[in-house]
Amino acid sequence: MAEDRGMFTVQQTVGSVLCCKCGVPMAPNAANMCVKCLRSEVDITEGLQKHVIILHCPECNCYLQPPKTWIKAELESKELLTFCVKRLKNMNRVRLVHAEFVWTEPHSKRIKVRLRVQKEVLNGAILEQAYVVEYVQQEHMCESCSRIQANPDQWVASVQLRQHVPHRRTFFYLEQLILKHDAAAHAIKIKQMDQGIDFFFANRSHGVKFVEFIGKVAPVRSRHDKQLVSHDPKSNNYNYKYTFSVEISPICREDLICLPPKVAVSLGNFGPLVICTKISNSIALLDPFTLRQCFLDADQYWRTSFKSLLTSRQLVEYIVLDVEMVSAEVNISGTKYALADAQVARVSDFGNNDRIFSIRTHLGHILSPGDYALGYDLFSANTNDMELDKHRGLILPDAILVRKSFEEKRQRKRGKARPWKLKTLNMEVDENRNRADEEKQNNEYEQFLRDLEENPDLRFNISLYRNKDYQPSEMASVTDGELPSIPLDELLADLDLSDEEMEPVA
Amino acid sequence: MATRIQFENNCEVGVFSKLTNAYCLVAIGGSESFYSVFEGELADVIPVVKTSIAGTRIIGRLCAGNKNGLLLPHTTTDQELQHLRNSLPDQVVVQRIEERLSALGNCIACNDHVALTHPDLDKETEEMIADVLGVEVFRQTIAGNILVGSYCAFSNRGGLVHPHTSIEDLDELSTLLQVPLVAGTVNRGSEVIAAGMTVNDWAAFCGSDTTATEMSVIESVFKLREAQPSSIVDEMRKSLIDSYV
Repeated sequence: MAEDRGMFTVQQTVGSVLCCKCGVPMAPNAANMCVKCLRSEVDITEGLQKHVIILHCPECNCYLQPPKTWIKAELESKELLTFCVKRLKNMNRVRLVHAEFVWTEPHSKRIKVRLRVQKEVLNGAILEQAYVVEYVQQEHMCESCSRIQANPDQWVASVQLRQHVPHRRTFFYLEQLILKHDAAAHAIKIKQMDQGIDFFFANRSHGVKFVEFIGKVAPVRSRHDKQLVSHDPKSNNYNYKYTFSVEISPICREDLICLPPKVAVSLGNFGPLVICTKISNSIALLDPFTLRQCFLDADQYWRTSFKSLLTSRQLVEYIVLDVEMVSAEVNISGTKYALADAQVARVSDFGNNDRIFSIRTHLGHILSPGDYALGYDLFSANTNDMELDKHRGLILPDAILVRKSFEEKRQRKRGKARPWKLKTLNMEVDENRNRADEEKQNNEYEQFLRDLEENPDLRFNISLYRNKDYQPSEMASVTDGELPSIPLDELLADLDLSDEEMEPVA
Repeated sequence: MATRIQFENNCEVGVFSKLTNAYCLVAIGGSESFYSVFEGELADVIPVVKTSIAGTRIIGRLCAGNKNGLLLPHTTTDQELQHLRNSLPDQVVVQRIEERLSALGNCIACNDHVALTHPDLDKETEEMIADVLGVEVFRQTIAGNILVGSYCAFSNRGGLVHPHTSIEDLDELSTLLQVPLVAGTVNRGSEVIAAGMTVNDWAAFCGSDTTATEMSVIESVFKLREAQPSSIVDEMRKSLIDSYV
């Protein structure tokens, strides 16, 4: 600076002093010791790791980054070097200036890295030193590889999930929930059974965890048993097979239920004719005549364990002739209802007779004359429910409407692909089932997809993916009208990373 | 001869002692061994005086002196001043000076003829130094350090300065002082020279960390090997004997 301003400065020649230990002439430094003496005095690599054990998965060539991450890296790659350096402890004590691999035989299961580090020693002198770290590669299969390698017949815990109803709607929904939460990630085999699904796990704790998950999303009761497989009295080892039996309540969404008198009284003279509106780990019940809503949790339900009077398969289509509102629209836990008096006739009666029912419904806000609605036909239903007889003086209405029907509009759309799709669990299917079963299941699946489209509540908890094969036609967008569908922004893009699914471009 | 010593396990012996050609001051300490080393080396030639300055033991950093005089900071108590006046030879002028920079040992480096001082010392102090110590005063820095008293030590025969001193500075300083100088260290690489050692024309005391290399540098630059107090006394005696005869 002084030179810039044209000032005279004395030239400063750095003199030499003798190293205070060995007496070699050298340029003065902060420690006033030559580099050799300094190095013999202090070892800056002291306390740094020279031998490290790393876990390597021989199947997928991954390295374990504790606690749980597996990093894929080639030998002598940048990623591996980063990983190796990161594994060293106490590196914050020194400054790392250089790192490189020392070539080792690939089969030797040794990786050597030469590091150059700098550190301040003895009042401000910075010393640089190189040293070699040897990494010993221990083979340890990563979790996903060991799952693939596992023999599915060697299960330790099995969870038998059952619902004693004639349809599989609940399981379609549960499958989506399980996929979304990745709850069955540890399952080594999933098998579709009559009235349920079996899950097999290699570990008891995985089974317990899965049962706990199911308990959080559905009203279940479960019991578990164990069977002694082998026993080593010398080391006091016992090998068991654990079986968890999980039963889901047979009540489904949209079922009509006649509550037992005890339950009705304990809920404050609720019902007794109620519709189930939602199933989670509790059951939401709605009285369609008073718009009262009640929740039953799994414990409360299993204390009495009533069955439904009529299920959604017994829904009958009605045509609405006239609607007269009784109350204003009310919002009950997120869903809107309005009481109304309606005149309806069965679609099947059209052209046969002039039977018209005057009923009260909770769907006054969405029904208008000329609409179709699905409901339970109590007028002609032949119920042999014990609970119904226990209520004295109960006058059954002729019909209870449950939801608006879009069947007419649906007809036109039949067979067309949807712009979205769902993932499926990798489930084993029983080989010896006939074609009728398969067809029935396909129908039920289609019904489930429609329910998803109509009911935003239902798809709140599940992931929908964009269907790449879907080509939207202009016709469809015009004719869709008020048919409920899923807005595109709700869909997730399916992430394809695996090589197998990738189609060759060129 | 150069000697390695410790003051209560501390190697900075220049802090706790002051050695000149006419007297030696030693801090009052818990251990007698520090004092006895000085006593053993010097007692038959010059007085070794135990004292404190301003109630502290860091006497080497607080006072400056040579064979002609001793400068004490204004913090020195009357008692200490009286004790020093009583203990030192009569020809040594003991003077307390009013200087803001009271660590005179850090600010002044001198032999019997020349003194280097801190550039910020008062004009009056500078005059006082010249009068009391009988020296020529130069305001200087050593390797950029203004505390000249800490970073160099010199006698009438040679001097040791801060290791970072450039060759040009060395030349300039040795021209001013008229003694050979060398850049070096004491106490295994310590650059605060005057804190690590204290020296006069025939003896030097260094901290016990001082390595053999440093010792040999010190002995050669201060010319301690041939120097004996007896050679000086012999000279005097010769002349005395001459006069007797």
